[in-house]
Amino acid sequence: MVPSRYRVVDRVEELADTVTLAVEPVDEPVAAPGHGQFNMLWAFGVGEVPISVSARSPYLAHTIRADGATTTALCSLTPGDMLGLRGPFGVGWDLDAAAGGDLVVIGGGIGLAPVRSVIRAVIAERDRFGHVSVLIGARSPDSLLYRDELADWRRDGDIEVLVTVDSAPSGWTGDVGVVTTLVDAAGFDPSRTTAMVCGPEIMMRFSALALIGRGVAAERVKVSLERNMVCAVAQCGHCQIGPVFVCREGPVFDWGAARSLLEVRQR
Amino acid sequence: MAATRTIRELIAEHPLLADLPAADIDLIAGCGQNVHIATGRHLFHEGEPADTFYLVRSGRVAIEVAPPAGPSLIVSTTGPESLVGWSWLFPPYRWQLDARAVDEVSAIAIDGACLRGKCESDNELGYRLMQRFAQLAVDNLLAARRQLLDLYGDNSG
Repeated sequence: MVPSRYRVVDRVEELADTVTLAVEPVDEPVAAPGHGQFNMLWAFGVGEVPISVSARSPYLAHTIRADGATTTALCSLTPGDMLGLRGPFGVGWDLDAAAGGDLVVIGGGIGLAPVRSVIRAVIAERDRFGHVSVLIGARSPDSLLYRDELADWRRDGDIEVLVTVDSAPSGWTGDVGVVTTLVDAAGFDPSRTTAMVCGPEIMMRFSALALIGRGVAAERVKVSLERNMVCAVAQCGHCQIGPVFVCREGPVFDWGAARSLLEVRQR
Repeated sequence: MAATRTIRELIAEHPLLADLPAADIDLIAGCGQNVHIATGRHLFHEGEPADTFYLVRSGRVAIEVAPPAGPSLIVSTTGPESLVGWSWLFPPYRWQLDARAVDEVSAIAIDGACLRGKCESDNELGYRLMQRFAQLAVDNLLAARRQLLDLYGDNSG
């Protein structure tokens, strides 16, 4: 599991502490990632972290928030800089299983990044899905990811995009409140809906319960668990919850399986 | 041409009140009137007498807090089928927050003093209404607590 070297070809500053890096291979490229899979990104001399794929084309892209030494080092990279990359790892979102019905995608905070490639794929194959709702929660208007892209999703994708923030200055014309309030407002038919939820675990728990409360079958609610992954190949045990290695059997789980796992606190 | 809907019919369709006995709906309808609030206009201001509540039919309403200094902050928004305003029900009957129309709002405005009077003389109506407002208060308290959790703050992506 030696990392391949990748070169940064583009850097987009999404928020004050969050950037998206587009990269191209210098060595043998890794396999094309599935939606919701993650790669291990190595900032040379600093460390390695798991980061979900936020776009698959035209370049492989990862959206990274600087909240530790390694992610801060990665966020400081600029075009031409190199990083190490290995992957893709884990089980991602199963878009084929969701086709033919309605789709609800819920992204909270930086959790919008791992579902961005799903949304782009749905827009590219819009006819395969019924009503599509994207429900986005953020702390404030200033912390909304991909703000410029949201209008494109609405306009080009025939997608219902609902956004809510925890608080906002007067003059904000969007919604304010917890992301679960959007579940009741969205126009999907729960009897034929698959839901994909990504964000902090507490947000996913409330969102899953709101979806099920509206009538979505628990086995059709999928969540992406965030755990401390180190080896990414089910050897080190850092991401292990009971018998489950999140890096190998996840990060995407059915709510039925995830619910019990979420009751285990990370050490 | 669409038939004109009566206040009673509109109240009877509101999710919060729809399951009340017909006699209760009649009593509430007697205190109601149709209102339209233009975008940006306030439904009420903090500190003013709380003499009305609103059953929102269309449009959205922002609930705002005015800090001692600086611009107001929006702490929640509500949309169609929501209810705005509880302060009419509890002494000292003054608004605790501001409410402003984010879009053009159509609503049924219910005269709180009128309805309080009917609740005093018909305690069963008062009890049924109080049950609904208590549930609304619980839902809003839970939502406010979740907002305090900073749900989006600890995920590294």
